[in-house]
Amino acid sequence: MNQKTEPLLRVEDIHISFGGLKALNGVSLEVYPGEIMAIIGPNGAGKTTMLNIINGVYTPDQGRIFFEGTERPLKMKPHNVAAMGISRTFQNLALFKGMDTWCNIMVGRTQKMHSNFFSQGVYWGTSQKEEIEHREAVEWIIDFLEIENIRKQPVGMLPYGLQKRVELGRALASEPKLLLLDEPMAGMNLEEKEDIARFILDTNEEIGYTIALIEHDMGVVMDICDRIAVLDFGNKIAEGTPEEIKSNPKVIKAYLGEAEQA
Amino acid sequence: MSFFIEVLINGLLVGIMYSLVALGFALIYKASGVFNFAQGAMSLLAGLALVSFLTVMPLWLALVCTVGVMTLLAYGTVFIIFRPLVARPPLILFMAAIGLAFLVEGIGQSIWGTQAKGLFIGIPEITWEVKEVFLNSFDLFFGVVAAVLVAGLVIFFQKTRTGRALRAVADDHEAALSVGIPLLRAWAVTWVIAGIVATVAGVAWGSRLGVQFSLSLIAYKALPVLILGGIDSIPGAILAGLVVGAGENLAEVYIGPYVGGGIQTFFPYLLALLFLWFKPYGMFGKEIIERV
Amino acid sequence: MLYRECGNYKDTYAKDMAIFPIPFDRWGLGVMLVLAFLVIPFTTSDYWLSSIMIPFYCFSLAALGLNFLTGYAGQVSLGHAAFMAVGAYASLILYSRFHVPLLLSILGGGIVSSAVGPVFGIPSLRIKGFYLAVSTLAAQFIIEWILTHWKWVSGGVFGTIDAPDLYVFGWILDTPAKKYYLVLCILVLLVVFGKNLVRGQLGRNWMAIRDMDVAAEVIGVSLFRNKLIAFAVSSFYAGVAGAMVTMAYYGAANIEEFNLVLSFHLLGAIIIGGMGTVLGSFFGAGFMILMPIFINQALLVFLERVPSDLRANSEAIVFGGLIVFFLIVEPYGMARLWHTIKDKMRLWPFPY
Repeated sequence: MNQKTEPLLRVEDIHISFGGLKALNGVSLEVYPGEIMAIIGPNGAGKTTMLNIINGVYTPDQGRIFFEGTERPLKMKPHNVAAMGISRTFQNLALFKGMDTWCNIMVGRTQKMHSNFFSQGVYWGTSQKEEIEHREAVEWIIDFLEIENIRKQPVGMLPYGLQKRVELGRALASEPKLLLLDEPMAGMNLEEKEDIARFILDTNEEIGYTIALIEHDMGVVMDICDRIAVLDFGNKIAEGTPEEIKSNPKVIKAYLGEAEQA
Repeated sequence: MSFFIEVLINGLLVGIMYSLVALGFALIYKASGVFNFAQGAMSLLAGLALVSFLTVMPLWLALVCTVGVMTLLAYGTVFIIFRPLVARPPLILFMAAIGLAFLVEGIGQSIWGTQAKGLFIGIPEITWEVKEVFLNSFDLFFGVVAAVLVAGLVIFFQKTRTGRALRAVADDHEAALSVGIPLLRAWAVTWVIAGIVATVAGVAWGSRLGVQFSLSLIAYKALPVLILGGIDSIPGAILAGLVVGAGENLAEVYIGPYVGGGIQTFFPYLLALLFLWFKPYGMFGKEIIERV
Repeated sequence: MLYRECGNYKDTYAKDMAIFPIPFDRWGLGVMLVLAFLVIPFTTSDYWLSSIMIPFYCFSLAALGLNFLTGYAGQVSLGHAAFMAVGAYASLILYSRFHVPLLLSILGGGIVSSAVGPVFGIPSLRIKGFYLAVSTLAAQFIIEWILTHWKWVSGGVFGTIDAPDLYVFGWILDTPAKKYYLVLCILVLLVVFGKNLVRGQLGRNWMAIRDMDVAAEVIGVSLFRNKLIAFAVSSFYAGVAGAMVTMAYYGAANIEEFNLVLSFHLLGAIIIGGMGTVLGSFFGAGFMILMPIFINQALLVFLERVPSDLRANSEAIVFGGLIVFFLIVEPYGMARLWHTIKDKMRLWPFPY
């Protein structure tokens, strides 16, 4: 990756603690436009916490966050972060279980829909036009993710792998500048993992989205990512290309240490 | 000044009663995550049962029988209503409790009648005057009973095996199950304890106001107490009860006349809402950190 | 059979996204409308019109309002009767004291109510679940108190205002049938509006908040905006329902009619009817109106043998029992049962 370009997202010196427990201790990260970047590390290293901070779910105690070169306030409502162009999937499925697949993905477009309250109530006219326009975009995503046959099924009933895929679709629907994926392949079998890896690569290459992801499967991470950052106990212990990370002694120690306990 | 103290003390004594009802709520919420809307209805049921038992037997036996009725209710509730609802969203459990409240009120009044009944359990009504402050033997007696009950519960939860098991269930259902605590039985025991608390509250309120439908309405007094204290906190329930009791009495006496009176019905809510704005989980409630 | 999907090709998104994509549903709705507009007013007695159909429509609207908030947006309200009361008083004051035309008064009642609702919804931004339920309970008590204690509002003793004669465009509504049409027209308009809201982006945002609020917010749904709109829309519907029930049914605004028990009944109605469906609101309200009548009729048969205390309380028992029953057996209420039947019909005679 070309390191000289301006990073799309830069977080600097982030500190956060929960009830005296330090979850992140001065971590800095950059995500560059067009890359796939991975955050890895043992359980409890603070990876998801970092995503939550980027999304505005948590407010860090200290630090700075820049997006597209401008600094944003540390305390920010998550939906305003979404409006800036950051989208996200979740570690534990967070689909809207009462709704169909296409409705779930449609919610992802909420920041792009502007017809007002009254025209929505009247429906025929501007609101219908808008609904159809966005439905077309949603159908494109459904097509892209190859989930046409479950378009109208309630998501609660779907198998796990498909739910993960719908969630990816929901995140794509907002056409984000930065896509955050929290363990997109957790708990999947090999075939499902390959599918998701392919979708991630396609998203990156065909549509050109910038992606930052958390993943435990080292094989996949090494294969598809341009750059990797390693967190351990709230500190960033390494950063670099897959090859650099593989041979980094600190990383090996952190992982072997975990392996011993397990 | 002595008038102020009288109002304050009377408020505090009423507040102990609120604490009692709120305590029943807090116990069940902690153990089973059910916001037991039927707590007031349970007090009504206990009062009704006691009155009818008293007509044929001595007080101690009547009390035992009433607790028996409450135990039956507790087991019935847990095993018939809440067993099929395990692992449902809290909101569903809450609505089920609303249904339960209707059921308990309806069934209780069907069996024991709808008319208001006097409940006399042998406490003479004496009024003392201490330095121009009037105190009522009734209020004092139940104040002491409530205090003893609370102390007893604290000891039960801290020192006994069952108590510890119940606290374990309250902390984490699944973890408790995995170390071999039978979940439903633990819930049932909690409901029995809440039933006993409801009985005491029912007797206290019943002998003061008579046993009648309005008894189940004391639940609505206990709700603001509960959220003020934090729903899952027992000390919170007790302290907030005192705050609300004293607060509403003082407000009624000192603010009431300027706005037309009767503000006792909602003053506790106003107090609780204002407080919630600053501390969304009450005085002692556990703060929930969102995990996604 | 009649009810089927196949052979009904949707070649545009507009067709796929219609309210009733299946022709049988459209026909069914048409039949219901014909019944409601042309058959019922001419075939039933005045008693049926004024004591059953009019309150049924009014409470359906109120239940629908509560369903927006609780069934769709996932925010429990225990104060909806109070929002109805606000609409009732506001519309009557507008109509009888300020001589605003009737339709505008009813609309005004809804608007005032929709301004009050969000005030009690504001805590929902900070607190959740039970804390919110208790805060809406506060709405019930505070509004009841204001309506009984502020002389300007209640206009005298016991918080009661009588409704004067009703005129629409100079035309007096003096028979049950005319009032019936007034209520029905408003109901149909608001139901169509509401159905469009919940199947559009607003409804999807509400359901997203209901199902997983943190995820919804991260995806870009503003909790603040959508929750407050839910409270506003919901209390608007309640307010209009309150205004109509007062003018066309009770004939007077009386705070006693809008007590806490009604709030619970509305909540029970949407649980039994079906949370998160428009249809469920109608089932629930119909149930709420018909159940007491049915029980009374049933008990009349055994009048001598049923103890009076049981008779007085049978309503509470049946109501409570059914709430619990539906929560355990069919959490989505009667509307889901109806859907199950339709799904069976859709595939008949090939059930696979």
